[in-house]
Amino acid sequence: MFYHALQVDEPRCIGCSRCMKTCPTEAIRIYGGKASIQEHRCIDCGKCYEVCPAQAIAIKDDDFESIHNYPHSVALLPAVFMGQFPDEISVSRVYATLQELGFAHVMEVESAAMIYADAKNKYALSHADRYPLISSFCPAIVRLIQIKYPSLTENVMPIKVPLDLSAMYAVAELQRRGVPREEIGLFYITPCAAKIAAVKAPVGEERSLIDGVINMNLLYNRVYKHIKDMGKNHQYPPQSRQRLSADAILSTLTNGERRICAAKRSYAIDGIQNVMDFLDKLENEEVEGVQFLELRACDQSCAGALLSCDNRFLCGERMYARARKAAERERNGEMPRDREMDKYKEYLIENSLVDEVEPRSMMVLDTDISKALEKMEKIERMKVHLPQIDCGVCGAPTCEAFATDVVCQRADLHRCVFYRIHLEQTGKMQLAEGAANMMRVWGKDRINGDIEM
Amino acid sequence: MHQEYTVVEGDFVNAGKASSSVKKTLKQLNVNPQVVKRVVVALYEAEVNAIAHAYGGKVSVDIDSDKIRMVVADKGPGIPDIALAMQEGYSTARPEVRDMGFGAGMGLPNMQKNVDKLNVTSEVGVGTTVEMEVNFNT
Repeated sequence: MFYHALQVDEPRCIGCSRCMKTCPTEAIRIYGGKASIQEHRCIDCGKCYEVCPAQAIAIKDDDFESIHNYPHSVALLPAVFMGQFPDEISVSRVYATLQELGFAHVMEVESAAMIYADAKNKYALSHADRYPLISSFCPAIVRLIQIKYPSLTENVMPIKVPLDLSAMYAVAELQRRGVPREEIGLFYITPCAAKIAAVKAPVGEERSLIDGVINMNLLYNRVYKHIKDMGKNHQYPPQSRQRLSADAILSTLTNGERRICAAKRSYAIDGIQNVMDFLDKLENEEVEGVQFLELRACDQSCAGALLSCDNRFLCGERMYARARKAAERERNGEMPRDREMDKYKEYLIENSLVDEVEPRSMMVLDTDISKALEKMEKIERMKVHLPQIDCGVCGAPTCEAFATDVVCQRADLHRCVFYRIHLEQTGKMQLAEGAANMMRVWGKDRINGDIEM
Repeated sequence: MHQEYTVVEGDFVNAGKASSSVKKTLKQLNVNPQVVKRVVVALYEAEVNAIAHAYGGKVSVDIDSDKIRMVVADKGPGIPDIALAMQEGYSTARPEVRDMGFGAGMGLPNMQKNVDKLNVTSEVGVGTTVEMEVNFNT
Protein backbone atom coordinates (compact mmCIF):
# COMPACT_ATOMS: atom_id res chain seq x y z
CA MET A 1 0.00 0.00 0.00
CA PHE A 2 2.32 2.79 1.23
CA TYR A 3 6.05 2.39 0.94
CA HIS A 4 7.98 2.87 4.14
CA ALA A 5 11.69 3.04 4.78
CA LEU A 6 11.31 1.86 8.37
CA GLN A 7 10.38 -1.64 9.43
CA VAL A 8 10.41 -3.67 12.60
CA ASP A 9 13.16 -6.28 12.68
CA GLU A 10 11.06 -8.85 14.56
CA PRO A 11 13.76 -11.16 15.90
CA ARG A 12 15.48 -8.15 17.46
CA CYS A 13 12.34 -6.48 18.82
CA ILE A 14 12.03 -6.93 22.59
CA GLY A 15 8.51 -5.50 22.71
CA CYS A 16 9.45 -2.75 25.16
CA SER A 17 6.88 -0.30 23.67
CA ARG A 18 9.17 2.74 23.76
CA CYS A 19 8.53 3.26 20.05
CA MET A 20 4.78 2.99 20.56
CA LYS A 21 4.84 5.73 23.17
CA THR A 22 7.04 8.08 21.19
CA CYS A 23 5.45 7.79 17.74
CA PRO A 24 3.94 11.22 16.92
CA THR A 25 1.21 9.76 14.70
CA GLU A 26 0.32 6.82 16.98
CA ALA A 27 1.28 4.38 14.24
CA ILE A 28 2.73 1.63 16.45
CA ARG A 29 1.01 -1.19 18.31
CA ILE A 30 2.36 -4.12 20.31
CA TYR A 31 1.04 -7.60 19.74
CA GLY A 32 2.60 -11.00 20.37
CA GLY A 33 5.43 -9.26 22.21
CA LYS A 34 6.50 -7.37 19.08
CA ALA A 35 5.99 -3.89 17.74
CA SER A 36 4.24 -3.40 14.44
CA ILE A 37 3.89 -0.27 12.34
CA GLN A 38 0.53 0.69 10.83
CA GLU A 39 1.37 1.63 7.27
CA HIS A 40 -1.30 4.23 6.73
CA ARG A 41 -0.21 6.25 9.77
CA CYS A 42 3.59 6.08 9.47
CA ILE A 43 5.34 9.18 8.09
CA ASP A 44 8.88 7.76 8.23
CA CYS A 45 10.03 10.40 10.73
CA GLY A 46 12.16 7.83 12.54
CA LYS A 47 11.35 8.77 16.12
CA CYS A 48 10.92 5.03 16.77
CA TYR A 49 14.42 4.38 15.43
CA GLU A 50 15.86 6.94 17.82
CA VAL A 51 14.34 5.47 20.98
CA CYS A 52 14.67 1.77 20.20
CA PRO A 53 17.11 0.22 22.71
CA ALA A 54 17.48 -2.98 20.66
CA GLN A 55 18.22 -1.59 17.18
CA ALA A 56 15.07 -3.34 16.08
CA ILE A 57 13.88 -0.59 13.74
CA ALA A 58 15.55 -1.29 10.44
CA ILE A 59 16.10 1.24 7.70
CA LYS A 60 15.64 -0.08 4.18
CA ASP A 61 18.67 1.41 2.47
CA ASP A 62 20.54 0.12 -0.58
CA ASP A 63 23.80 -1.81 -0.73
CA PHE A 64 26.89 0.35 -1.12
CA GLU A 65 28.41 -2.13 -3.58
CA SER A 66 25.71 -1.37 -6.13
CA ILE A 67 27.59 1.83 -7.00
CA HIS A 68 30.01 -0.36 -8.94
CA ASN A 69 27.24 -1.31 -11.37
CA TYR A 70 27.57 2.08 -13.01
CA PRO A 71 30.69 3.47 -14.76
CA HIS A 72 29.45 6.95 -13.83
CA SER A 73 28.31 6.59 -10.26
CA VAL A 74 27.42 9.93 -8.67
CA ALA A 75 27.46 10.48 -4.90
CA LEU A 76 24.81 13.06 -4.04
CA LEU A 77 25.74 14.23 -0.56
CA PRO A 78 23.77 16.28 1.92
CA ALA A 79 25.86 19.10 3.39
CA VAL A 80 25.24 17.68 6.88
CA PHE A 81 27.48 14.77 5.85
CA MET A 82 30.47 17.15 5.96
CA GLY A 83 29.25 18.37 9.34
CA GLN A 84 29.90 14.92 10.81
CA PHE A 85 33.67 15.01 10.43
CA PRO A 86 36.09 16.44 12.98
CA ASP A 87 37.78 19.72 12.02
CA GLU A 88 41.03 18.12 10.86
CA ILE A 89 39.24 16.28 8.05
CA SER A 90 38.58 18.82 5.31
CA VAL A 91 35.73 18.86 2.84
CA SER A 92 38.24 18.26 0.02
CA ARG A 93 39.55 15.20 1.82
CA VAL A 94 36.03 13.76 2.09
CA TYR A 95 35.38 14.37 -1.62
CA ALA A 96 38.68 12.70 -2.56
CA THR A 97 38.01 9.74 -0.29
CA LEU A 98 34.60 9.16 -1.84
CA GLN A 99 36.30 9.00 -5.24
CA GLU A 100 38.81 6.49 -3.93
CA LEU A 101 35.94 4.43 -2.55
CA GLY A 102 34.53 4.14 -6.05
CA PHE A 103 32.32 7.09 -6.86
CA ALA A 104 33.10 8.57 -10.28
CA HIS A 105 31.53 11.92 -9.35
CA VAL A 106 30.75 13.63 -6.08
CA MET A 107 28.47 16.59 -5.51
CA GLU A 108 26.52 18.11 -2.66
CA VAL A 109 22.78 18.38 -3.22
CA GLU A 110 22.83 21.87 -1.72
CA SER A 111 24.44 22.97 -5.00
CA ALA A 112 20.81 23.28 -6.08
CA ALA A 113 19.66 25.09 -2.93
CA MET A 114 19.58 28.53 -4.55
CA ILE A 115 17.74 27.25 -7.60
CA TYR A 116 15.24 25.62 -5.24
CA ALA A 117 14.84 28.97 -3.47
CA ASP A 118 14.26 30.71 -6.82
CA ALA A 119 11.70 28.09 -7.86
CA LYS A 120 9.82 28.59 -4.58
CA ASN A 121 9.88 32.39 -4.88
CA LYS A 122 8.61 32.14 -8.45
CA TYR A 123 5.80 29.81 -7.36
CA ALA A 124 4.91 32.13 -4.47
CA LEU A 125 4.44 35.07 -6.84
CA SER A 126 1.64 33.33 -8.72
CA HIS A 127 0.07 31.52 -5.75
CA ALA A 128 -0.77 34.26 -3.26
CA ASP A 129 -4.21 32.66 -2.89
CA ARG A 130 -2.55 29.68 -1.24
CA TYR A 131 -0.64 31.49 1.49
CA PRO A 132 0.88 30.37 3.75
CA LEU A 133 2.97 28.26 1.43
CA ILE A 134 4.67 25.33 3.10
CA SER A 135 8.11 24.16 2.00
CA SER A 136 8.29 20.77 0.33
CA PHE A 137 11.79 20.23 1.74
CA CYS A 138 11.16 17.79 4.61
CA PRO A 139 9.46 14.61 3.36
CA ALA A 140 8.32 13.59 6.87
CA ILE A 141 6.47 16.90 7.12
CA VAL A 142 4.85 16.46 3.69
CA ARG A 143 3.60 13.04 4.81
CA LEU A 144 2.47 14.40 8.18
CA ILE A 145 0.33 16.99 6.39
CA GLN A 146 -1.11 14.35 4.07
CA ILE A 147 -2.30 12.12 6.89
CA LYS A 148 -3.08 14.55 9.70
CA TYR A 149 -3.75 17.95 8.12
CA PRO A 150 -5.56 17.11 4.88
CA SER A 151 -6.95 20.64 4.57
CA LEU A 152 -3.40 21.99 4.31
CA THR A 153 -2.15 19.78 1.47
CA GLU A 154 -2.80 22.54 -1.05
CA ASN A 155 -0.50 24.85 0.91
CA VAL A 156 2.47 22.54 0.30
CA MET A 157 4.50 23.82 -2.63
CA PRO A 158 4.63 21.05 -5.25
CA ILE A 159 8.26 21.75 -6.06
CA LYS A 160 11.20 19.40 -6.45
CA VAL A 161 13.66 19.57 -3.58
CA PRO A 162 17.42 20.24 -3.99
CA LEU A 163 18.11 16.49 -4.09
CA ASP A 164 15.94 16.02 -7.19
CA LEU A 165 17.15 19.22 -8.82
CA SER A 166 20.78 18.27 -8.34
CA ALA A 167 20.04 14.79 -9.72
CA MET A 168 18.49 16.39 -12.82
CA TYR A 169 21.55 18.60 -13.15
CA ALA A 170 23.95 15.65 -12.82
CA VAL A 171 22.14 13.71 -15.54
CA ALA A 172 21.93 16.71 -17.88
CA GLU A 173 25.58 17.64 -17.41
CA LEU A 174 26.91 14.09 -17.81
CA GLN A 175 24.76 13.54 -20.89
CA ARG A 176 26.10 16.77 -22.33
CA ARG A 177 29.58 15.27 -21.89
CA GLY A 178 28.40 12.26 -23.90
CA VAL A 179 27.69 9.76 -21.13
CA PRO A 180 24.65 7.56 -21.86
CA ARG A 181 21.95 7.59 -19.17
CA GLU A 182 22.29 3.87 -18.43
CA GLU A 183 25.90 4.41 -17.40
CA ILE A 184 24.90 7.02 -14.84
CA GLY A 185 24.04 5.78 -11.36
CA LEU A 186 22.72 8.41 -8.94
CA PHE A 187 23.21 7.59 -5.25
CA TYR A 188 21.85 9.74 -2.50
CA ILE A 189 23.60 9.58 0.84
CA THR A 190 20.67 9.91 3.19
CA PRO A 191 20.64 11.47 6.65
CA CYS A 192 17.16 10.13 7.41
CA ALA A 193 14.50 7.54 6.66
CA ALA A 194 11.95 9.96 5.27
CA LYS A 195 14.27 10.83 2.40
CA ILE A 196 14.45 7.14 1.49
CA ALA A 197 10.67 6.98 1.37
CA ALA A 198 10.72 10.17 -0.71
CA VAL A 199 13.04 8.52 -3.24
CA LYS A 200 11.34 5.12 -3.35
CA ALA A 201 7.78 6.46 -3.29
CA PRO A 202 7.86 10.15 -4.19
CA VAL A 203 4.82 12.34 -3.53
CA GLY A 204 3.61 14.03 -6.72
CA GLU A 205 5.83 12.04 -9.08
CA GLU A 206 5.79 8.62 -10.74
CA ARG A 207 9.34 7.77 -9.86
CA SER A 208 12.52 9.43 -8.72
CA LEU A 209 15.67 9.80 -10.81
CA ILE A 210 17.73 8.42 -7.93
CA ASP A 211 19.02 4.86 -8.45
CA GLY A 212 19.98 4.06 -4.89
CA VAL A 213 20.01 5.42 -1.35
CA ILE A 214 22.96 4.84 0.95
CA ASN A 215 22.84 5.15 4.72
CA MET A 216 24.86 8.16 5.86
CA ASN A 217 26.11 6.35 8.98
CA LEU A 218 27.49 3.48 6.95
CA LEU A 219 29.23 5.78 4.52
CA TYR A 220 30.63 7.88 7.36
CA ASN A 221 32.24 4.76 8.80
CA ARG A 222 33.74 3.79 5.45
CA VAL A 223 35.10 7.26 4.73
CA TYR A 224 36.48 7.74 8.22
CA LYS A 225 38.14 4.32 8.22
CA HIS A 226 39.66 4.89 4.77
CA ILE A 227 41.16 8.20 5.86
CA LYS A 228 42.61 6.61 9.02
CA ASP A 229 43.90 3.57 7.10
CA MET A 230 45.58 5.66 4.43
CA GLY A 231 47.45 7.75 6.97
CA LYS A 232 48.81 11.28 6.70
CA ASN A 233 51.17 10.74 3.78
CA HIS A 234 48.65 9.31 1.36
CA GLN A 235 48.42 11.10 -1.99
CA TYR A 236 44.75 11.68 -2.74
CA PRO A 237 43.68 12.16 -6.36
CA PRO A 238 43.36 15.76 -7.46
CA GLN A 239 39.74 16.77 -7.74
CA SER A 240 37.87 19.88 -8.60
CA ARG A 241 35.11 20.15 -6.09
CA GLN A 242 32.01 22.26 -6.04
CA ARG A 243 32.20 25.18 -3.70
CA LEU A 244 28.92 25.94 -2.00
CA SER A 245 27.76 29.41 -1.10
CA ALA A 246 27.15 30.23 2.55
CA ASP A 247 23.40 30.38 1.91
CA ALA A 248 23.47 26.94 0.31
CA ILE A 249 25.44 25.38 3.17
CA LEU A 250 23.00 26.73 5.75
CA SER A 251 19.87 25.87 3.76
CA THR A 252 19.27 22.51 5.43
CA LEU A 253 19.58 23.90 8.94
CA THR A 254 16.70 25.54 10.79
CA ASN A 255 15.99 28.98 9.32
CA GLY A 256 18.04 28.05 6.26
CA GLU A 257 15.17 28.42 3.83
CA ARG A 258 13.42 31.15 5.74
CA ARG A 259 16.38 33.52 5.78
CA ILE A 260 16.61 33.56 1.99
CA CYS A 261 12.90 33.45 1.09
CA ALA A 262 11.13 36.50 -0.28
CA ALA A 263 8.14 36.25 2.10
CA LYS A 264 7.19 39.21 4.29
CA ARG A 265 6.19 37.08 7.26
CA SER A 266 7.45 33.56 7.70
CA TYR A 267 8.25 31.04 10.39
CA ALA A 268 10.86 28.31 10.67
CA ILE A 269 9.77 25.51 12.98
CA ASP A 270 11.73 22.38 13.82
CA GLY A 271 10.81 19.34 15.89
CA ILE A 272 7.72 17.38 14.96
CA GLN A 273 5.74 18.24 18.09
CA ASN A 274 6.39 21.95 17.56
CA VAL A 275 5.27 21.58 13.97
CA MET A 276 2.06 19.82 14.98
CA ASP A 277 1.24 22.47 17.59
CA PHE A 278 1.65 25.15 14.96
CA LEU A 279 -0.31 23.34 12.24
CA ASP A 280 -3.20 22.84 14.67
CA LYS A 281 -3.40 26.61 15.07
CA LEU A 282 -2.90 27.24 11.39
CA GLU A 283 -5.67 24.84 10.45
CA ASN A 284 -8.08 26.81 12.66
CA GLU A 285 -6.97 29.98 10.87
CA GLU A 286 -5.76 31.35 14.18
CA VAL A 287 -2.52 32.49 12.54
CA GLU A 288 -2.88 35.31 10.06
CA GLY A 289 -0.74 37.00 7.46
CA VAL A 290 1.85 34.21 7.14
CA GLN A 291 3.30 33.76 3.68
CA PHE A 292 5.87 31.02 4.09
CA LEU A 293 6.55 28.15 6.47
CA GLU A 294 9.75 26.17 6.77
CA LEU A 295 8.82 23.06 8.73
CA ARG A 296 11.27 20.33 9.68
CA ALA A 297 10.57 17.09 11.53
CA CYS A 298 13.90 16.95 13.34
CA ASP A 299 15.11 19.19 16.15
CA GLN A 300 17.85 21.37 14.57
CA SER A 301 16.63 20.16 11.17
CA CYS A 302 18.98 17.88 9.23
CA ALA A 303 21.84 18.37 11.71
CA GLY A 304 19.63 16.42 14.11
CA ALA A 305 18.59 13.83 11.54
CA LEU A 306 18.31 10.16 12.38
CA LEU A 307 21.52 9.13 10.65
CA SER A 308 23.51 12.16 11.70
CA CYS A 309 25.99 10.33 13.91
CA ASP A 310 27.42 13.29 15.75
CA ASN A 311 25.63 15.59 18.17
CA ARG A 312 23.23 17.93 16.34
CA PHE A 313 24.77 21.08 17.81
CA LEU A 314 28.35 20.03 17.03
CA CYS A 315 27.32 19.20 13.48
CA GLY A 316 25.40 22.47 13.16
CA GLU A 317 28.33 24.56 14.35
CA ARG A 318 30.71 22.88 11.89
CA MET A 319 28.31 23.83 9.14
CA TYR A 320 28.17 27.40 10.40
CA ALA A 321 31.98 27.50 10.46
CA ARG A 322 32.08 26.31 6.87
CA ALA A 323 29.44 28.86 5.89
CA ARG A 324 31.43 31.65 7.52
CA LYS A 325 34.46 30.68 5.42
CA ALA A 326 32.33 30.60 2.29
CA ALA A 327 30.87 34.00 3.11
CA GLU A 328 34.37 35.41 3.47
CA ARG A 329 35.33 34.04 0.06
CA GLU A 330 32.19 35.58 -1.38
CA ARG A 331 33.10 38.94 0.16
CA ASN A 332 36.56 38.67 -1.37
CA GLY A 333 34.99 38.31 -4.77
CA GLU A 334 35.67 34.61 -5.32
CA MET A 335 32.47 33.31 -6.87
CA PRO A 336 31.21 30.14 -5.27
CA ARG A 337 31.34 27.27 -7.71
CA ASP A 338 27.69 26.27 -7.30
CA ARG A 339 26.88 29.15 -9.63
CA GLU A 340 28.02 26.72 -12.38
CA MET A 341 24.66 25.13 -12.09
CA ASP A 342 23.14 28.45 -13.19
CA LYS A 343 23.75 27.33 -16.78
CA TYR A 344 20.93 24.88 -16.16
CA LYS A 345 18.84 27.19 -14.02
CA GLU A 346 16.08 27.82 -16.52
CA TYR A 347 15.82 24.14 -17.43
CA LEU A 348 15.72 23.12 -13.77
CA ILE A 349 13.14 25.70 -12.71
CA GLU A 350 10.95 24.87 -15.71
CA ASN A 351 10.98 21.22 -14.67
CA SER A 352 10.74 21.76 -10.94
CA LEU A 353 6.98 21.36 -10.56
CA VAL A 354 5.49 18.05 -9.46
CA ASP A 355 1.84 17.05 -9.00
CA GLU A 356 -0.19 18.55 -6.17
CA VAL A 357 0.18 16.86 -2.78
CA GLU A 358 -2.90 14.71 -2.16
CA PRO A 359 -4.48 14.21 1.26
CA ARG A 360 -4.62 10.64 2.59
CA SER A 361 -6.13 11.09 6.00
CA MET A 362 -5.39 8.47 8.62
CA MET A 363 -8.08 9.78 10.90
CA VAL A 364 -11.13 8.65 8.93
CA LEU A 365 -13.16 6.07 10.88
CA ASP A 366 -15.25 5.03 7.91
CA THR A 367 -15.76 6.42 4.41
CA ASP A 368 -19.51 6.16 5.00
CA ILE A 369 -20.36 9.05 7.28
CA SER A 370 -23.32 7.33 9.02
CA LYS A 371 -21.11 4.36 9.87
CA ALA A 372 -18.35 6.72 11.00
CA LEU A 373 -20.81 8.51 13.29
CA GLU A 374 -21.93 5.19 14.78
CA LYS A 375 -18.31 4.23 15.42
CA MET A 376 -17.54 7.56 16.97
CA GLU A 377 -20.44 7.30 19.38
CA LYS A 378 -19.25 3.82 20.38
CA ILE A 379 -15.75 5.15 20.96
CA GLU A 380 -17.08 7.98 23.13
CA ARG A 381 -19.12 5.53 25.23
CA MET A 382 -16.20 3.15 25.58
CA LYS A 383 -13.74 5.90 26.55
CA VAL A 384 -15.77 6.71 29.66
CA HIS A 385 -15.10 3.21 31.00
CA LEU A 386 -11.43 3.03 30.06
CA PRO A 387 -8.97 4.15 32.76
CA GLN A 388 -7.72 7.20 30.76
CA ILE A 389 -4.18 6.84 32.04
CA ASP A 390 -2.68 5.72 28.72
CA CYS A 391 -0.69 2.94 30.40
CA GLY A 392 -0.21 1.15 27.09
CA VAL A 393 -0.67 -2.33 28.58
CA CYS A 394 -3.32 -3.05 25.93
CA GLY A 395 -0.63 -2.61 23.27
CA ALA A 396 -1.98 0.75 22.05
CA PRO A 397 -0.45 4.13 22.91
CA THR A 398 -3.53 5.76 24.46
CA CYS A 399 -6.95 4.76 25.76
CA GLU A 400 -8.47 6.67 22.88
CA ALA A 401 -6.34 4.90 20.28
CA PHE A 402 -7.30 1.60 21.91
CA ALA A 403 -11.02 2.42 21.85
CA THR A 404 -10.69 3.30 18.17
CA ASP A 405 -8.88 0.02 17.49
CA VAL A 406 -11.60 -1.93 19.29
CA VAL A 407 -14.46 -0.22 17.46
CA CYS A 408 -12.69 -0.66 14.12
CA GLN A 409 -12.18 -4.33 15.02
CA ARG A 410 -8.42 -4.17 15.12
CA ALA A 411 -8.22 -5.07 18.83
CA ASP A 412 -10.14 -7.02 21.44
CA LEU A 413 -11.53 -5.12 24.45
CA HIS A 414 -10.10 -7.82 26.75
CA ARG A 415 -6.64 -6.41 26.14
CA CYS A 416 -7.42 -3.63 28.67
CA VAL A 417 -5.97 -4.76 31.99
CA PHE A 418 -8.40 -2.59 33.98
CA TYR A 419 -11.37 -4.11 32.21
CA ARG A 420 -9.99 -7.59 32.85
CA ILE A 421 -9.60 -6.93 36.56
CA HIS A 422 -13.20 -5.73 36.60
CA LEU A 423 -14.28 -8.97 34.91
CA GLU A 424 -12.22 -11.05 37.30
CA GLN A 425 -13.61 -9.25 40.34
CA THR A 426 -17.14 -9.80 39.19
CA GLY A 427 -16.46 -13.44 38.46
CA LYS A 428 -16.88 -13.08 34.71
CA MET A 429 -13.33 -14.05 33.86
CA GLN A 430 -10.90 -16.60 35.28
CA LEU A 431 -7.38 -15.56 36.25
CA ALA A 432 -5.90 -17.96 33.68
CA GLU A 433 -7.91 -16.34 30.92
CA GLY A 434 -6.73 -12.90 32.00
CA ALA A 435 -3.11 -14.08 31.95
CA ALA A 436 -3.61 -15.57 28.49
CA ASN A 437 -4.86 -12.20 27.27
CA MET A 438 -1.82 -10.48 28.72
CA MET A 439 0.48 -12.94 26.98
CA ARG A 440 -1.28 -12.44 23.65
CA VAL A 441 -0.22 -8.81 23.70
CA TRP A 442 3.16 -9.03 25.39
CA GLY A 443 4.38 -12.53 24.47
CA LYS A 444 4.56 -15.79 26.36
CA ASP A 445 7.64 -14.99 28.39
CA ARG A 446 6.63 -11.71 29.93
CA ILE A 447 4.90 -13.17 32.99
CA ASN A 448 7.77 -15.30 34.10
CA GLY A 449 9.22 -14.71 37.49
CA ASP A 450 8.97 -14.19 41.16
CA ILE A 451 9.96 -10.52 41.39
CA GLU A 452 9.98 -10.38 45.21
CA MET A 453 13.40 -11.03 46.63
CA MET B 1 -23.97 12.91 17.82
CA HIS B 2 -24.07 15.65 20.43
CA GLN B 3 -21.22 17.54 22.07
CA GLU B 4 -21.20 20.39 24.57
CA TYR B 5 -18.54 22.85 25.65
CA THR B 6 -18.47 25.65 28.18
CA VAL B 7 -16.95 29.02 27.31
CA VAL B 8 -15.66 31.19 30.15
CA GLU B 9 -15.74 34.98 30.04
CA GLY B 10 -12.38 36.57 29.34
CA ASP B 11 -10.63 33.21 28.94
CA PHE B 12 -8.86 33.98 25.66
CA VAL B 13 -6.23 31.38 26.53
CA ASN B 14 -8.76 28.66 25.87
CA ALA B 15 -10.41 30.24 22.84
CA GLY B 16 -10.61 27.60 20.14
CA LYS B 17 -10.93 24.56 22.40
CA ALA B 18 -14.42 23.78 21.12
CA SER B 19 -13.56 24.39 17.49
CA SER B 20 -10.40 22.24 17.74
CA SER B 21 -12.36 19.38 19.23
CA VAL B 22 -15.07 19.66 16.57
CA LYS B 23 -12.36 19.73 13.93
CA LYS B 24 -10.93 16.44 15.11
CA THR B 25 -14.37 14.86 15.10
CA LEU B 26 -15.15 16.00 11.56
CA LYS B 27 -11.82 14.73 10.29
CA GLN B 28 -12.62 11.31 11.69
CA LEU B 29 -15.97 11.44 9.92
CA ASN B 30 -14.23 11.98 6.57
CA VAL B 31 -15.88 15.36 6.03
CA ASN B 32 -14.35 17.29 3.14
CA PRO B 33 -11.32 19.24 4.49
CA GLN B 34 -12.53 22.53 3.00
CA VAL B 35 -15.90 22.10 4.73
CA VAL B 36 -14.12 21.32 8.00
CA LYS B 37 -12.17 24.52 7.63
CA ARG B 38 -15.36 26.58 7.22
CA VAL B 39 -16.94 24.99 10.30
CA VAL B 40 -13.85 25.57 12.41
CA VAL B 41 -13.42 29.20 11.37
CA ALA B 42 -17.09 30.03 12.05
CA LEU B 43 -17.18 28.27 15.39
CA TYR B 44 -13.92 29.85 16.48
CA GLU B 45 -15.32 33.31 15.76
CA ALA B 46 -18.45 32.53 17.75
CA GLU B 47 -16.37 31.22 20.66
CA VAL B 48 -14.22 34.35 20.70
CA ASN B 49 -17.36 36.51 20.66
CA ALA B 50 -18.76 34.78 23.71
CA ILE B 51 -15.42 35.19 25.47
CA ALA B 52 -14.83 38.81 24.47
CA HIS B 53 -18.29 40.37 24.63
CA ALA B 54 -20.35 38.24 26.98
CA TYR B 55 -20.07 36.68 30.38
CA GLY B 56 -19.34 33.26 28.96
CA GLY B 57 -21.71 30.74 27.50
CA LYS B 58 -22.32 27.31 26.13
CA VAL B 59 -21.48 25.71 22.81
CA SER B 60 -23.59 22.79 21.70
CA VAL B 61 -22.88 20.85 18.57
CA ASP B 62 -25.03 18.30 16.79
CA ILE B 63 -23.60 16.29 13.98
CA ASP B 64 -25.52 14.00 11.70
CA SER B 65 -24.65 12.39 8.41
CA ASP B 66 -25.25 15.43 6.22
CA LYS B 67 -24.75 18.52 8.35
CA ILE B 68 -23.45 20.07 11.53
CA ARG B 69 -25.53 22.40 13.69
CA MET B 70 -23.78 24.64 16.19
CA VAL B 71 -25.44 26.80 18.80
CA VAL B 72 -23.39 29.27 20.82
CA ALA B 73 -25.53 30.79 23.54
CA ASP B 74 -24.09 33.44 25.84
CA LYS B 75 -25.25 35.38 28.82
CA GLY B 76 -24.25 38.92 28.10
CA PRO B 77 -25.15 42.47 27.14
CA GLY B 78 -26.88 41.39 23.94
CA ILE B 79 -26.72 43.10 20.54
CA PRO B 80 -29.06 46.12 20.14
CA ASP B 81 -28.82 46.28 16.33
CA ILE B 82 -28.01 42.92 14.73
CA ALA B 83 -27.99 44.29 11.16
CA LEU B 84 -25.31 46.81 12.18
CA ALA B 85 -23.29 44.14 13.96
CA MET B 86 -23.31 42.05 10.77
CA GLN B 87 -21.40 44.77 8.91
CA GLU B 88 -17.68 44.22 8.36
CA GLY B 89 -15.53 46.35 10.60
CA TYR B 90 -18.29 47.28 13.04
CA SER B 91 -17.05 46.51 16.53
CA THR B 92 -17.92 47.35 20.10
CA ALA B 93 -14.87 45.58 21.53
CA ARG B 94 -13.09 47.23 24.41
CA PRO B 95 -9.58 48.59 23.71
CA GLU B 96 -7.95 45.90 25.86
CA VAL B 97 -9.65 43.20 23.79
CA ARG B 98 -8.48 44.87 20.57
CA ASP B 99 -4.95 44.96 21.97
CA MET B 100 -5.05 41.17 22.15
CA GLY B 101 -5.75 41.01 18.42
CA PHE B 102 -9.46 40.40 18.72
CA GLY B 103 -12.43 42.67 18.07
CA ALA B 104 -11.73 43.75 14.49
CA GLY B 105 -15.40 43.68 13.65
CA MET B 106 -15.04 40.63 11.43
CA GLY B 107 -16.64 38.05 13.71
CA LEU B 108 -20.23 37.89 12.55
CA PRO B 109 -19.42 38.65 8.89
CA ASN B 110 -16.84 35.86 8.95
CA MET B 111 -19.40 33.44 10.38
CA GLN B 112 -21.88 34.49 7.69
CA LYS B 113 -19.26 33.83 5.00
CA ASN B 114 -18.47 30.34 6.19
CA VAL B 115 -21.79 28.76 7.10
CA ASP B 116 -24.83 27.77 5.08
CA LYS B 117 -27.34 29.03 7.62
CA LEU B 118 -26.85 31.69 10.29
CA ASN B 119 -29.41 32.90 12.74
CA VAL B 120 -28.59 35.46 15.42
CA THR B 121 -31.11 36.24 18.14
CA SER B 122 -30.40 38.63 20.94
CA GLU B 123 -32.04 40.33 23.83
CA VAL B 124 -30.34 43.39 25.30
CA GLY B 125 -29.24 42.74 28.85
CA VAL B 126 -29.89 38.99 28.60
CA GLY B 127 -27.68 37.44 25.97
CA THR B 128 -27.12 36.37 22.40
CA THR B 129 -27.64 33.06 20.66
CA VAL B 130 -25.85 32.27 17.42
CA GLU B 131 -27.17 29.29 15.49
CA MET B 132 -25.14 28.03 12.56
CA GLU B 133 -25.49 25.19 10.11
CA VAL B 134 -23.05 23.80 7.62
CA ASN B 135 -23.99 21.14 5.08
CA PHE B 136 -21.39 18.48 4.41
CA ASN B 137 -22.33 17.90 0.79
CA THR B 138 -21.97 21.14 -1.09
